[in-house]
Amino acid sequence: MSLQVSELKVYYRTLKGDVRALDGMTFGLRDGEILGLVGESGCGKSTLGKSLIRMDGRMRHVGGTVVLDGRELPIGDDRAMNEVRFREVSLIPQYAMSALNPTRKLRRMITELLRSRGATPDLEELERRMSQVGLPREVLDRYPIELSGGMKQRMVMVISTLLDPSLLIADEVTSALDVSTQKAVARALLGFRESGYVKSMIFVTHDLALTHHIADTIMVMYAGKLAEKAPADVIVKAPRHPYTKLLLDSLPEVGVRYADRRLEGIAGSPPSLLNPPTGCRFRDRCPIAGEQCAEEPPVAELAPDHHVACWKA
Amino acid sequence: MLKLHDVTKEFRVGAFGGRRVAAVKGVTFEVVPGEVVSLIGESGSGKSTIGRMILGLNPVTSGSITFDGLPVKPGKEYYRRVQGIFQDPFSSFNPVFKADRVFAMIKETYHASVPAPQWAERVEAALRDVRLNPGQVLGKYPHQLSGGQLQRLLIARALLLDIKLLVADEITSMLDASTRIDVLNLLAELKARGLSVLYITHDLSLGNYLAERTVVLRKGGVVEMGPTGSVFGDPLHPYTRELLSAVPRLHEPWDDAVPVETCLYHRKGGSGGLYEATPGHFVACARLETC
Ligand SMILES: Nc1ncnc2c1ncn2[C@@H]1O[C@H](COP(=O)(O)OP(=O)(O)OP(=O)(O)O)[C@@H](O)[C@H]1O
Ligand SMILES: Nc1ncnc2c1ncn2[C@@H]1O[C@H](COP(=O)(O)OP(=O)(O)O)[C@@H](O)[C@H]1O
Ligand code: SF4
Ligand SMILES: [Mg+2]
Ligand SMILES: [Mg+2]
Repeated sequence: MSLQVSELKVYYRTLKGDVRALDGMTFGLRDGEILGLVGESGCGKSTLGKSLIRMDGRMRHVGGTVVLDGRELPIGDDRAMNEVRFREVSLIPQYAMSALNPTRKLRRMITELLRSRGATPDLEELERRMSQVGLPREVLDRYPIELSGGMKQRMVMVISTLLDPSLLIADEVTSALDVSTQKAVARALLGFRESGYVKSMIFVTHDLALTHHIADTIMVMYAGKLAEKAPADVIVKAPRHPYTKLLLDSLPEVGVRYADRRLEGIAGSPPSLLNPPTGCRFRDRCPIAGEQCAEEPPVAELAPDHHVACWKA
Repeated sequence: MLKLHDVTKEFRVGAFGGRRVAAVKGVTFEVVPGEVVSLIGESGSGKSTIGRMILGLNPVTSGSITFDGLPVKPGKEYYRRVQGIFQDPFSSFNPVFKADRVFAMIKETYHASVPAPQWAERVEAALRDVRLNPGQVLGKYPHQLSGGQLQRLLIARALLLDIKLLVADEITSMLDASTRIDVLNLLAELKARGLSVLYITHDLSLGNYLAERTVVLRKGGVVEMGPTGSVFGDPLHPYTRELLSAVPRLHEPWDDAVPVETCLYHRKGGSGGLYEATPGHFVACARLETC
């Protein structure tokens, strides 16, 4: 096991009370595994990513543990995490593309960044990896604003993996890209694993079709909790959780037109995480909810590697 | 209603702005009332630049953009009728304002005469339209909302303005499948009430779902445009085909072979213009640079 997350609880402190964005997540990641993480907006995907690398001031580690390569990560301790960040775990944040410092040319920016991490910049290696994702070395002499979205995204990927972290968390890195760039970026990520730049990866996205192409395992989250986790093929072909099934039904495929066939989203919206309802959190939107669902369903392993939190799965 | 005629945009880059980059090259198309036109193209193809020019945020280098016959004139009058929502919602919101304040500003600027209770109702209705729970988002700062929540807040804000044209730049790219369909259905309903939308996207299946007409952009120029059904059903330009083949599909492997096709139209199409293959379906020469 490369990563083992157990009963992880991370809340955001607000004036109105705690927002329970991660409320008891348990899952593991094997060496070399790519885990696709999907779920409705606001269900806690980015919070999970941030928890494994850097909590912001309002986040609070309420309970649970994170073990990476046999060592427990001090995720609640910002300073202790310093030596882990970048070297052991690295994150490509959502909207990373707009996070590049606009006032520096990339070469200088990268050098400064690495120095601040106490690492010596190896420009040769940097250029080699850039060419691997199709970026010419001249890019280093440009300002971030002069790159297109796809170029920036690949640049950020190269930078975040330069120190060969064991775990890479990629948060919506392909969402803003066109399909052909998306494919190139997804393939580049696979290439990074092959070249050993990263061992395992959590690939956060809302695009189930894309995840299916690159992830080994898919984990579906709902309202701060795990709903279903299984090998990618199983999630797509034989999902057991009602939420996963509805999510798959709402996917538009090329060829479907509003005028001919109206697709439906999942009625209702996810519950507030400020005072989440008791019992199954999907209950008020679930088409097959029953009395038992007033109790919280435990996560059960229905088949090897197939975990589901639903009474009726 | 909205007309772009031979629009070109150059940016100056490099030391002292010494180098020029053409981001948009001779683009001509039109959006009529109650129509959704999708603008598709790879990253860097100039989609957002076109969107920004329509909103008057960037001047055109040459050519013209008119709305109801008048040139684009940024200002309150124009933005009452035309609004844009952009790719990165975090940069569109002032980080020091809470969501409530954002809506209050809309009221002050555009709807000063609406009584407060009625305004509050409108805000709540707009939020529900985009499937946001008002209690969950009002009172929060932008950084306290997830990417998808923020993007929907922007859509709700635009809806409060009774606009005629919405320039939507990748607004659904950060949304999950279910919310995305809700937002698309919502746009379709608004369209039925007369709203026009320029739907900028890289997601072909979404553009296909919603739009009557599709414009495919590559390196700043239009390579193919026409009724959505014919552009996607019978793509003529090799680039359009390549895009279609890169779309990830659930039950099929990513197909790799993108045959380099010979240009079908360079003789008929003449010198760099668009060739009308079937009525309303235009395609550019695929080998323009070489033939
Ligand atoms: N302010 C600017 N200065 C210099 N070049 C720019 C500027 N804005 C855009 N460009 C360039 O213009 C071209 C088109 O950019 P634009 O952002 O409009 O593309 P896009 O189709 O929206 O791409 P994406 O999907 O990545 O957002 C790109 O080559 C980009 O590098
Ligand atoms: N700084 C914060 N303070 C309070 N609530 C927050 C903060 N950041 C996120 N949240 C809330 O936590 C939940 C999960 O957010 P996030 O992890 O960003 O979702 P996702 O990435 O899945 O879209 C949402 O309900 C969001 O509003
Ligand atoms: S536990 Fe009950 S409410 Fe929850 S998903 Fe299963 S059937 Fe639906
Ligand atoms: Mg997120
Ligand atoms: Mg853009």
